[in-house]
Amino acid sequence: MHAAVIVFPGSNCDRDLAVALESAGARVSMVWHKDTNLPEGIDLIAIPGGFSFGDYLRCGAIAANSPICRAVVAHGEKGGYVLGICNGFQVLTETGLLPGALLRNAGLKYICKPVELTVETTNSPYTERYSAGQTITVPIAHHDGNYHCDADTLAQLRGEDRVAFRYVNTPNGALDDIAGILSPNRRVLGMMPHPERMAEPAHGGSDGAAMFAGLVDDLVTA
Amino acid sequence: MKARVHIMLKTGVLDPQGEAVRHALGTLGFGGVKGVRQGKVIELDLADDATEAQVTEMCEKLLANTVIESYTVEMS
Repeated sequence: MHAAVIVFPGSNCDRDLAVALESAGARVSMVWHKDTNLPEGIDLIAIPGGFSFGDYLRCGAIAANSPICRAVVAHGEKGGYVLGICNGFQVLTETGLLPGALLRNAGLKYICKPVELTVETTNSPYTERYSAGQTITVPIAHHDGNYHCDADTLAQLRGEDRVAFRYVNTPNGALDDIAGILSPNRRVLGMMPHPERMAEPAHGGSDGAAMFAGLVDDLVTA
Repeated sequence: MKARVHIMLKTGVLDPQGEAVRHALGTLGFGGVKGVRQGKVIELDLADDATEAQVTEMCEKLLANTVIESYTVEMS
């Protein structure tokens, strides 16, 4: 299973994400934002957290229009797997691969702490190793993680079982406590919390490891 | 040719920064400020033959996120 981790100026979780994927058995290529093509045979694109382009204009907006993101969108649109974490989630909403947007946290503060999440669906390669309703602890670290979408989109996300994770105690004002959502084909996941920062015991917990393990396993056997 | 783009969060989208400004104004003694909405202004210095339609396209593609923001364009 071959994963590409996209690196933008200002990405700061790219290596953590690569380590988590490699620990789960993936081969990882780091791909610079100015590249126009992905390496051959990529199974998964992972867009890491950080502050791409200094969060100028809007979080993720400049990154979403960078050369490599045309390849990312094409990969997603033809049914490829794409994972966006934190700033990566913001980038995915800006590209339109996922609906909605991430607003400034309701309390205006940057929040960096472990939070409890409920796994809302196990019907995805990202969440199949968890049990439905399971509570996991994963850290957040963001200033703009307040998920927002219109009422129709929310009804669709709920109706299609596309809310992957909800906060147990919403820290940022997110609509319907949403922490992560899936695309209609369930192969694109965007989430604000950082599973790669809770992926081995030395991190203080390993609740995030099951996501990478399930994903890699799925793609190896696919 | 110049263009000025005003970008605001759409009505109904929470604006915690505007709310913080409103609160600070009250603390300074400015009574009666019922609401504050904070947006941004982007000034573009354009070629002489630039059109409003081109600026609108810029807004749709990059300058504004129309999921949460509305915009107006002024050409001068």
